[in-house]
Amino acid sequence: MKTDSEFCLIDETSHRVTVRFEGQELNLREGENLAAELLAMGVAPFRRTPVSGAPRNPFCMMGACFDCLVEIDGATRQACMVEVTENMEITMPSVNENSDA
Amino acid sequence: MHEADLIIIGAGPAGMAAAHTAAGTGLSVLLLDEQQRAGGQIYRDIERSSKTRGELLGKDYIAGLDLANGLNHKLISHIRGATVWQIEDARLVTFTVNGKATQATGKRLLIATGALERPMPVPGWTLPGVMTAGAAQILLKQSGIVCQRAVLVGTGPLLYLIAAQMVRAGSPPLALVETQTYNNRAFAMRHVIGALRGLRYFVKGLGLLAEIRRAGIKRYTGAADICIEGHNRAETVHFTSRGREHRIEAANILLHHGVVPNTQVTHSIGVIHYWNEQQRCFIPRRDDWGRTNLHDVFVAGDGSGIGGAKSAELSGRLAALEIACDLDAIGNGDRDLQATPLRTALSGEMAVRPFIDRAYPPFEGSLLPADSTIICRCEEVTAGDIRRHAKLGCLGPNQTKAFSRSGMGPCQGRFCGLTVTELLAQANHSTQEETGYYRIRPPLKPVSLGELATLADTETKEAAK
Repeated sequence: MKTDSEFCLIDETSHRVTVRFEGQELNLREGENLAAELLAMGVAPFRRTPVSGAPRNPFCMMGACFDCLVEIDGATRQACMVEVTENMEITMPSVNENSDA
Repeated sequence: MHEADLIIIGAGPAGMAAAHTAAGTGLSVLLLDEQQRAGGQIYRDIERSSKTRGELLGKDYIAGLDLANGLNHKLISHIRGATVWQIEDARLVTFTVNGKATQATGKRLLIATGALERPMPVPGWTLPGVMTAGAAQILLKQSGIVCQRAVLVGTGPLLYLIAAQMVRAGSPPLALVETQTYNNRAFAMRHVIGALRGLRYFVKGLGLLAEIRRAGIKRYTGAADICIEGHNRAETVHFTSRGREHRIEAANILLHHGVVPNTQVTHSIGVIHYWNEQQRCFIPRRDDWGRTNLHDVFVAGDGSGIGGAKSAELSGRLAALEIACDLDAIGNGDRDLQATPLRTALSGEMAVRPFIDRAYPPFEGSLLPADSTIICRCEEVTAGDIRRHAKLGCLGPNQTKAFSRSGMGPCQGRFCGLTVTELLAQANHSTQEETGYYRIRPPLKPVSLGELATLADTETKEAAK
């Protein structure tokens, strides 16, 4: 596990599977909350804002703030509302360079 | 198409209790919840976590297990992972499960969508490493993950609970930076006699404070001028406390200054809301059974006014009784007989609120943030932008959307709506009630074209039958 994580696990409950975030392989606990698992691995940022490109990570962890948006197998999802499954291909949501914002 | 006597949105304490009570009178219940497991946020993942982390999270958390077990009833159909995104005519509910959209009709609708953390805009609150304190608690409840090198910032009893849970998890926070003042407490003391009926909560609070003290965690009170700084992620939190400036290096800054009703659903279907000056938020108007101005629509739990988990459970049961009476499952006499002890318990639960609301008022610096502070996280609109819109003649929250796109990002105003109302009310010398709230329209959550296509597919199949 990465050592720069600012989170620690107090119990190990399920076995780990491999997913990729921005091409990097990560071993996450299967069936656990995806946003939580990525945080525990030290992933930052999850995405950049379309307006200014500012870095963002999960904020509310309950599906309300949409700051944990990622692209999973091509679809934009709230990472905090998704459970980890094997071989997930996760990327930052693409930001439109020509945004009119 | 699903059909039920009662559709309940939200499987937190209010929704779970209402489902159990309604099913007990013979009503069929469809319970829709966005999470994969029942519990809501307060009892998040209770069925799994109570076994492994129950001791750490405390007995008030474990209490939720009975409610979750109560859902094992042949008349209750609990659909997990159901995201409700549209409600029409108070009875047709459209929702998505696993990427497929589907619909349900019910004779009555109970909205039990709970609370959200009150938005706490301070400079730097959008940086990675800044979360709501509730988010940190969800990480602990659901995933057994504890934040390290954390500072809790804001006000309210939840901060003490989370701090104590972090101590028990072996990762105590570095400090508690609290915004309430001695004056707040002195003012609150006027309500202490009434609040003594909720003695249990005082005992719990004092116990938590003792745990925090024993762990040697530094507490700062009367904090103001809160500011979070860092390059690409939060590194330090700055504030003043009792005339002195402080700076703490931290990896996780956890914000909380109370919770507010999640009114996205009620706002979207035309339920009338009023402004609660003490809790500084909009609350759906309802009678003492939870019935709204829409005859067939009820609200219960924190979504109908903040009262906590026990109050939510009781208000859920009361709504279920009235609904059962509406649908002739029980008579008036039976309804009233069952309601009496619930009302007594509810009044006991609510007795402590006037004290808590006054002892831990929202942080003024976040209700009316400084000009440079981002208030709409999605579209990165600042408080100064909103004040400028007001000068240009912008009267209401809906107009700010045209001026700046505030409230038009994916969160649909959940984390800026109340701030925009407060800022416009102040700038226009108006009240929050007159200023109003964003108009909320479906879809309540983003829906993909693929989901819509599955809905059309289902309708075609049903029409062909």
